[in-house]
Amino acid sequence: MQQVFHRPVSLKDVQTHFCPGCHHGTIHRLVAEAMDHFELQQRTIGVASVGCSVFLYAYFDVDVVEAPHGRASAVATGVKRARPDSFVFTYQGDGDLAAIGTAEIIHAANRGEDITVVFVNNTTYGMTGGQMAPTTLVGQKTSTSPYGRQREKDGAPIRMAELLAQLEGVAYSCRVAVDSPKNLMVAERQIKTAFRYQVEGKGFSFVEVLSSCPTNWGMDPIKANERVGAEMIPYFPLGVFKNVGNL
Amino acid sequence: MGNEECRKTGEFCLDPRTVYLAPDFVEACVQNNRLFVKGNEAVAMAALEAGCRYYFGYPITPQSDIPEFLSRELPKLDGEFIQAESEVASINMLLGASATGVRAMTSSSSPGISLKQEGISYMAGSELPGVIVNISRSGPGLGGIDASQADYFQSVKGGGHGGYRIVVLAPASVQEMYDLTMLAFDLADLYRMPAMVLADSVIGQMKEAVVPHPRPAVDLPAKEWAVQGKGGGEQRIVKSLYLGDGELEAHNWKLYAKYEQLRGKEVRWEEFLADDADLVVTAFGSVSRIAKTAIMQAREEGLKVGLLRPITLFPFPAQAYARITGRCKKVLDIELNTGQMIEDVRLSVTKDTEVFFYGRPPGAGSLPTPEELLEQIRKHY
Repeated sequence: MQQVFHRPVSLKDVQTHFCPGCHHGTIHRLVAEAMDHFELQQRTIGVASVGCSVFLYAYFDVDVVEAPHGRASAVATGVKRARPDSFVFTYQGDGDLAAIGTAEIIHAANRGEDITVVFVNNTTYGMTGGQMAPTTLVGQKTSTSPYGRQREKDGAPIRMAELLAQLEGVAYSCRVAVDSPKNLMVAERQIKTAFRYQVEGKGFSFVEVLSSCPTNWGMDPIKANERVGAEMIPYFPLGVFKNVGNL
Repeated sequence: MGNEECRKTGEFCLDPRTVYLAPDFVEACVQNNRLFVKGNEAVAMAALEAGCRYYFGYPITPQSDIPEFLSRELPKLDGEFIQAESEVASINMLLGASATGVRAMTSSSSPGISLKQEGISYMAGSELPGVIVNISRSGPGLGGIDASQADYFQSVKGGGHGGYRIVVLAPASVQEMYDLTMLAFDLADLYRMPAMVLADSVIGQMKEAVVPHPRPAVDLPAKEWAVQGKGGGEQRIVKSLYLGDGELEAHNWKLYAKYEQLRGKEVRWEEFLADDADLVVTAFGSVSRIAKTAIMQAREEGLKVGLLRPITLFPFPAQAYARITGRCKKVLDIELNTGQMIEDVRLSVTKDTEVFFYGRPPGAGSLPTPEELLEQIRKHY
């Protein structure tokens, strides 16, 4: 009998700590599949961030450095400069990358560091219990925006994929979602494209992945999954915002 | 690059365009195997000699000679120089490079070192080596650029969160800037922890003769923890998060054991005319130079005064104080602050020792003169 579906070798055979319905597990799998596709496992150095994504090393069977909150792209810069032959990726949430780590991500991108950044946007701080994030939608209630995010006071959510696409150093920037089979297949392809940029030494690549967070949104997994399409995608449009090499 | 290359090229650190020396003087220095350079340049030279090829920094006075020097020299050696967007980013670049097993460094001055404390704590927690140079300036806040020793507490007591220590070395000459920078890399690698060179603008900006020497042969452990991509081996993880039952406590005791080992094996200090002294002056770094002059003047007056100068601020040479104050019962502690090292001095001297203090908190015109310190010596003798 032929086996047609298996766990990516870059992913460990363990249970994750992610909540039911959370998209992190799916995104982990897509990243691991891209890693397998380019046979990168043995030369990959992952950079874990702070938040639900901190346990990168528990799920990916690759070497991992844990970065302080927000600093993953600066750590990845040091790793890649010291070991240019390795494949270096960061995996960061929205609080990590789009709030406390904005300086680090913008300047790593602007320098055109030859790294790949996987940015998981679930419009909230997951691990700390659902506080308002820079990506929280206007009107969205969180534990620190109990009356809903107010544009006048809190600003509007940041669209990181579009913002980074403005920088000369960025080779590839896109936004994907994993809420439907169709979107998931696009996400799989575009994560691979982002990886290809680094594999071919063509510069900084960035993938923003829209993710659900049923626990902190106070929704069941199905409703949370529906919210991605109903509320997030209208504000955070899916697409490729930069692709300098047309890979 | 060692003496041989220096002799051959004469341009390694003595580019007359940048070092402002007449070419014939440069030639004479090289012939005599002595270089006439700033303390900051000596740090950069020693780092290169120690095999450091990765530098991450951010401009701040009075340490900018270090990044300027390395931005010029590292590309010639296939190294990497990054002027980062902030001190926060640069310490994290150091963390990343160091995690892969290479020798790397950063430098800054007090306000910048404050920003690096987060990263230093993570490096200490993750047991990562790495050299941090603090050419400190005065504070608090923006303060000024004058020579200051007000970062003693921040440096030796664990400046960031979580209760850790780092190696802290305090050079008092340009030669020591060279020697101790090299030592910092070795101690960092030996003990898998960050090491700091703590100086100020007096030592960093002063030019003195330096005899460069090749990297000493030190038996260093293989970096079997470094992340380099599995390459067919076991997964390696560099982290400071420990959530399992008892894990973090055990980790903290493991770090503590290293600090104890340092206290036993790595303390360094200088004694000057201390054997027969009735009053021992204690001071570190720049102000110890002024104190030495005052001590020699006091000796001319027939006062038996000596100096005890800690070279390692962490580990603190407590045993030296205990031994000396077994006989000499008066210690005069002199610092460029309102009194910080004095707390460690008091903990280290014998019970019946009197400890006096003279401090000049930093600011323009507040560097004490030898005569001023001689006055203090007379007062407490």
